[in-house]
Amino acid sequence: MSFIKIFNQLNWDEIKESIYAKTASDVERALMHPVRSLEDFKALISPAAAPYLEQMAALSQRLTQKRFGKTIQLYLPLYLSNECQNICTYCGFSLDNPTPRTTLTPEQILKEVEVIKSYGYDHVLLVTGEANKTVGVDYFKEVLQLIRPYFSHISMEVQPLDRQEYEQLIPLGLNTVLVYQETYHQEDYKKHHPKGKKSNFAYRLETPDRLGKAGVHKIGLGVLIGLEDWRTDSFFTALHLQYLERTYWQTKYSISFPRLRPFSGGLAPKVDMSDRELVQLICAYRIFNEEVELSLSTRESQHFRNNVVRLGITSISAGSKTDPGGYASGQQALEQFEISDERRPTEIVQMIRNQGYDAIWKDWDNVLG
Amino acid sequence: MTPLTIADKIFHSRLFTGTGKFSSGQQMEEALLASGSGLVTIALKRVDVQNEQDDILSHLAHPQFNLLPNTSGVRNAKEAVFAAQLAREALETNWLKLEIHPDPKYLLPDPIETLKAAEELVKLGFVVLPYIHADPVLCKRLEEVGVAAVMPLGSPIGSNNGLQTRAFLEIIIQQSTVPVVVDAGIGAPSHAAEAMELGADAVLVNTAIAVSQQPVQMAKAFKMAVEAGRMAYEAKLAPVGITAHASSPLTAFLDEL
Repeated sequence: MSFIKIFNQLNWDEIKESIYAKTASDVERALMHPVRSLEDFKALISPAAAPYLEQMAALSQRLTQKRFGKTIQLYLPLYLSNECQNICTYCGFSLDNPTPRTTLTPEQILKEVEVIKSYGYDHVLLVTGEANKTVGVDYFKEVLQLIRPYFSHISMEVQPLDRQEYEQLIPLGLNTVLVYQETYHQEDYKKHHPKGKKSNFAYRLETPDRLGKAGVHKIGLGVLIGLEDWRTDSFFTALHLQYLERTYWQTKYSISFPRLRPFSGGLAPKVDMSDRELVQLICAYRIFNEEVELSLSTRESQHFRNNVVRLGITSISAGSKTDPGGYASGQQALEQFEISDERRPTEIVQMIRNQGYDAIWKDWDNVLG
Repeated sequence: MTPLTIADKIFHSRLFTGTGKFSSGQQMEEALLASGSGLVTIALKRVDVQNEQDDILSHLAHPQFNLLPNTSGVRNAKEAVFAAQLAREALETNWLKLEIHPDPKYLLPDPIETLKAAEELVKLGFVVLPYIHADPVLCKRLEEVGVAAVMPLGSPIGSNNGLQTRAFLEIIIQQSTVPVVVDAGIGAPSHAAEAMELGADAVLVNTAIAVSQQPVQMAKAFKMAVEAGRMAYEAKLAPVGITAHASSPLTAFLDEL
């Protein structure tokens, strides 16, 4: 069985209605339960939980420190290519966006690696658009072999691949794959992805199943906040997480919270999510699941990031460039989206220390598989 | 308090410590020094063995700290043996805390892979201290393959729930021929004292110290609790019963006949 069978039994509108129908007493019960169910998660993300935000934050902080201590892990994205055959209405890499396209050569990648290593990073996240012919599994194999000696942990956020393709990449050093569903609203998903392989909702939805079967160490989940009702989308993410944890029990999981950011010529968010609501969501995930890793990118503002590192987040990026070749060239020409927190890694490390936390550069070793 | 011997080493403290979750390397160092611990476990995945300035290793450069590398992160015996060999080479110690937890959510140890790995590692000359469930039969099987100690969990790692496996720990302690180190779940000095009163040879504590508001003070509290618990064990606790023992026994008159 794959997740799609569970997904197909549910109705978006009914789920949405049940979340908005949650009451203060549902929230209070959720906060009191020692182990929280998906119904409790609904209560924690509902409008009824808004007055309980301080209580949720205190609980989230306590649970996070118990499991992860006073530590924040650091990673950096390395954009390899902005070639893409998809049309995504919200993305700077979209096929119909008339921006210059490039895919890094081995020489260019090593130049990027040199800069990233000089910052102190040991965990890198490889990012591409979706151009299977030029940036497919053979390219990824080449890149993994090239950069593995420099990093103890390598993650990828690229197009969904087949199980056999993941099985080829894992022995070459692939540890983690992030694959965001963008939205679990099937009809809107089609509207946002009208062309390209990405328009296949089911193939994307089943990607974590393929990753679990392939035996990858960690799977990152998430939705693009702003495309649809974030509460309903987050419920489906939590449901997906629970299914995956029970099915692929040897795999680790992380959740990210990308809020839709501007890009050159892009779509304005359909749904706004306030900072207060994002804090509610982060805390709700932590209270629902004590072990899941929660990650925050440079999409968010300095002020926001300074404060949420104490509330439940376990990893952040710092000093990110979202254009291929951006670290070595220092240009910002071909970016996927605008970043909001432009501080250098050293400044972020200082900020983490000021909050009473330790910045962790290394938490894996490539000898571990 | 009698010292503890494991393999060829004598420990004057029966409190072993971990290095994760501290808010800084400096705070970790101060807390571990305050704990009096002589055996400190470190995750291979967290240290950069090529770097002399590594934030963890540089704070452990004290003669009283014996390093106990652990294999946290491995999922099977094969990976564990590989990681152990790397740790031995990099950290120049054949001591190893064998951890195989394929389940990343609760970090529960895999008994089958642990036994397989322990057998092979002992043959390769390692001093193996396996992290395991509080399973008395597994402990005996591990003894048979030659481990130097066993490290059963008190409750799930990082949970601070204390000795929820107490009934099994009592059996393990009673029948073990190697030192028993209660590992995982010890969340308060009273839990550590309880383990020592039961007759455990040592306890390993990390989260409860690292995550407390004042790690240095908490480390001292654990030091004292472990010493108190061990002293009580050596002094032999008074028996516990639910019936009253009259100071003038009812049948004493029989002796007068």
